[in-house]
Amino acid sequence: MTILEFTAVVATGSFVAGFLGAITGLGGGVVIVPLLTIALGVDIRYAIGASLVSVIATSSGAAAAYVKEGFTNVRIGSFLEIATSAGALAGAYLATRLPVAAIGIIFGIVLLYSAYHALRPLPDLSGSTQPPDRWGTLLNLHGTYPSGQGTVSYSVRAVPLGVSLMAVAGVLSGLLGIGSGAVKVIAMDQAMRIPFKVSTTTSNFMIGVTAAASAGIYLSRGYVDPGLAMPVMLGVASGSILGARFLTRAGTLLLRKIFSAVISILALEMIYNSLAGRF
Amino acid sequence: MPPDSGIDSEKMDTIIGNLLRTGVGLAAALVFTGGVIYLFRHGAETPGYAVFRGEPADLRTLTGILHDAQSLRGRGIIQLGLLALIATPIARVAFLACIFARQRDKLYTAVAFIVLALLAYSLFGQ
Repeated sequence: MTILEFTAVVATGSFVAGFLGAITGLGGGVVIVPLLTIALGVDIRYAIGASLVSVIATSSGAAAAYVKEGFTNVRIGSFLEIATSAGALAGAYLATRLPVAAIGIIFGIVLLYSAYHALRPLPDLSGSTQPPDRWGTLLNLHGTYPSGQGTVSYSVRAVPLGVSLMAVAGVLSGLLGIGSGAVKVIAMDQAMRIPFKVSTTTSNFMIGVTAAASAGIYLSRGYVDPGLAMPVMLGVASGSILGARFLTRAGTLLLRKIFSAVISILALEMIYNSLAGRF
Repeated sequence: MPPDSGIDSEKMDTIIGNLLRTGVGLAAALVFTGGVIYLFRHGAETPGYAVFRGEPADLRTLTGILHDAQSLRGRGIIQLGLLALIATPIARVAFLACIFARQRDKLYTAVAFIVLALLAYSLFGQ
C-alpha cells in the first residue's frame, strides 16, 4: 500500500467514524484508535496522537454551534476545566510511561463501557426541587436555560464528586486520546444533577480544552505524525459535521445497537491483542 | 450573575462561536494544503506506522514547525495547522479570562488563568 492509498483508506474510515460518532453521541475518538491499530496495524501511540487532534476539531466545531443556543454554562465549564486539564496532563504523562499493552487493555475496558452506556441511557435525575449544594452556591455555578415554557433555572449538587469524576475523565482523555464524553456525562448528569441539554453542551465545550492540555505533550514527545493526523482530522471533522445534521432526523436506536456491537468487538480484539503482546 | 460588563452574554456566545469556527476553519485549511503538498511529493512511498519511532525534532517544536512550514514542506504546514487547532480552545479560554476580568469576577478570572497555566505548561513546559 502506498501513502496515497493509505491516506485515502484512513480518511474514509475516519469520515465514517466521525459520522457514526456524531449520530450516536459516542464521539469519533472511540472508534478511530481501534480502527487504526487493529485494521491498519498502526502503532497505538501514533493512533492516539492522531485521534487526540481530531477530538479538538470535532468538539470545537460542535461547540461553535451549541454555544449560541444558550444551554452551555461557561462557569461550570470553566471551573471543571481545571480538573479535566490537570487530569489530561497526568494522563499524557502516564501514556509516555505505561507499557503499550497496558494502554491497550485500559482502552478496551473503556470501549466496553462506552458500548454499554450507549445502549442503556442513564435516567434524567435533574430537577429544580433539589437543594442547591453549598459549593455550587459559593462558586456561582447555578444557571438558567431557555425552554418552550420560558427560562428554566437549575441548581448544581455534589460539586466535589463531580470534580473528582472530571479529573478521571481528563486522565482517560490524555491517556487514550479520546473525548471521554461518557465519563463527563456521569459526572454532570448523574452526580451534579445538571439538566441533560446543559450537561451535554457544556461537556462538549470542555472537551477541546481537555484535549489541548494533553495534545501539547503528545506533540512535543513526537506522537503526532502529520501524515497520519491529516486524514484522521479532516475525515473525522467532516464526518461529524455531516452526522450532526442527521442527528435530529435519524432513528438512532438501531444505529446505537449496531455501533455498540462493533465497539464491543473492537474492544475485545484490543484486549486480546494487548494480552497476546501484539502491540 | 450580572453581565454588566458592556458585553451581554448573547454577544459573548456569538464571539466564542465565531472564534472557535475561525480557528477550526484555519486549521483545516492549513492541514488540507499541507496534505496536498505532502501527498504530491510522498504519495507513492510506503507508510511506516507499524513501528513507533517518534517524530523528528523539527516536527515536535514550535520553531522547527515554523521553519518547515516557511520552507513550504507539506508535513510542516500540516503540523502548523495542528498547532492552530490546539491554539483554538486556548484562545477561547484566554477570551473568557478577559470577559471575567471585565465583569470584575475575581473568582472566575482566577479559574480561567489556572486553566491557561495548565495549557501553557503542556505546550511549553517540556
